[in-house]
Amino acid sequence: MGLELYLDLLSQPCRAVYIFAKKNGIPFQLRTVELLKGQHYTDSFAQVNSLRKVPALKDGDFTLAESVAILLYLSRKYKTPDHWYPQDLRARARVDEYLSWQHTALRSCCTRALWQKMMFPVVLGQPVPQETLSSTLADLDSCLQLLEDRFLRDQDFITGSQISVADLMAIEELMHPVGAGCQVFENRPKLAKWRQRVEAVVGEDLFREAHAVILKVKDTPPLDPAVKENLLHSVRSLLQ
Amino acid sequence: MGLELYLDLLSQPCRAIYIFAKKNGIPFQLRTVELLKGQHLSDAFAQVNPLKKVPALKDGDFTLSESVAILLYLFHKYKVPDYWYPQDLQARARVDEYLAWQHTALRRNCLRALWHKVMLPVVMGEQISSELLAATLAELDVTLQVLEDKFLQDKAFLVGPQISLADLVAITELMHVSVGLWGLAAKFLKADPSWLHGTGEWKLQ
Repeated sequence: MGLELYLDLLSQPCRAVYIFAKKNGIPFQLRTVELLKGQHYTDSFAQVNSLRKVPALKDGDFTLAESVAILLYLSRKYKTPDHWYPQDLRARARVDEYLSWQHTALRSCCTRALWQKMMFPVVLGQPVPQETLSSTLADLDSCLQLLEDRFLRDQDFITGSQISVADLMAIEELMHPVGAGCQVFENRPKLAKWRQRVEAVVGEDLFREAHAVILKVKDTPPLDPAVKENLLHSVRSLLQ
Repeated sequence: MGLELYLDLLSQPCRAIYIFAKKNGIPFQLRTVELLKGQHLSDAFAQVNPLKKVPALKDGDFTLSESVAILLYLFHKYKVPDYWYPQDLQARARVDEYLAWQHTALRRNCLRALWHKVMLPVVMGEQISSELLAATLAELDVTLQVLEDKFLQDKAFLVGPQISLADLVAITELMHVSVGLWGLAAKFLKADPSWLHGTGEWKLQ
């Protein structure tokens, strides 16, 4: 059994891993783990990742969690082009800096934006107080400003003139609120142009394929009541 | 001007960097940034890190934030022993896995425990409900269990028989809540909060 990637394209970091593997022609078996159906809570998936999260990787008897670790593992094992995770000390430090910052910054507000604007009210039928949503969207706005001012600046990509894994992780965060109907790129020409550059490198077809799930999330069919109940319980912290 | 490290040893990630640099004999100028005095909010410090956080690094004209990025930069630049961030593909992946996981797990829960147990009620005089504190300590307990069951298991160190960056980052988190606080935690949950006031151990070092 070769490389297996356990992913749900609903999830931002899963999309980043998917695009990276596909773009670099890394051969893998896709194991879809449907989060909305609670498939990440099965005992069999726990064998792959005891943290019960996606993405997860299984390479022979080696299992690995955490998208950042997975991306770096793939880049090293499959010797992907240098620009994805540059050897240059300073360029690499800039990628590491972004990959570290995003955990508690962009990830948090993009996840909450999707759930509070779309998942809870539209998919799960649970209304979200206006103040909560407004506060989340304000947080998102601040984060996007930081992304522009601190990371992207006047460069083509986050680390400079070439795309890296930092850009993949970042674009996937931004596609999350886009799936919720947030106008992330419309008022931010710098981010819009950056998105076009990223999409051009990734390729239109792969980009479209990776975003098929998130862009149609509002059309998610009604969930089985028991599944819905479990889901509501497990994501309640996203209501803050 | 050589390498400068902007640190406040009050902060867990700063301690990890301090230990790593000192242990490996990396020459640096220590620039102390006192968080409790708001020194991280100064314009001068914003030149080093516009995100106004410690730790931060300045190496000539190169500035860098984020402790994980700083540790990796120091590892690569100063050619320190391999075990800190092993060359072996899988061992290195295990370090990366820990360094990624900890941001929203151990870091988050140790910080919340310190704030709900000490900083807010004792230092800032703000009431913390016993339910909130109990919930925070329960979450910390779950995280510590993951640290033991998923990461440490029956190994000598988090990723194997030798120490790595993962251990430094983890230990400095645990020191944030420390054995002393742990022992008192159980008592605190049962005792009247006023018992803590004026108790020497609770004053910040």
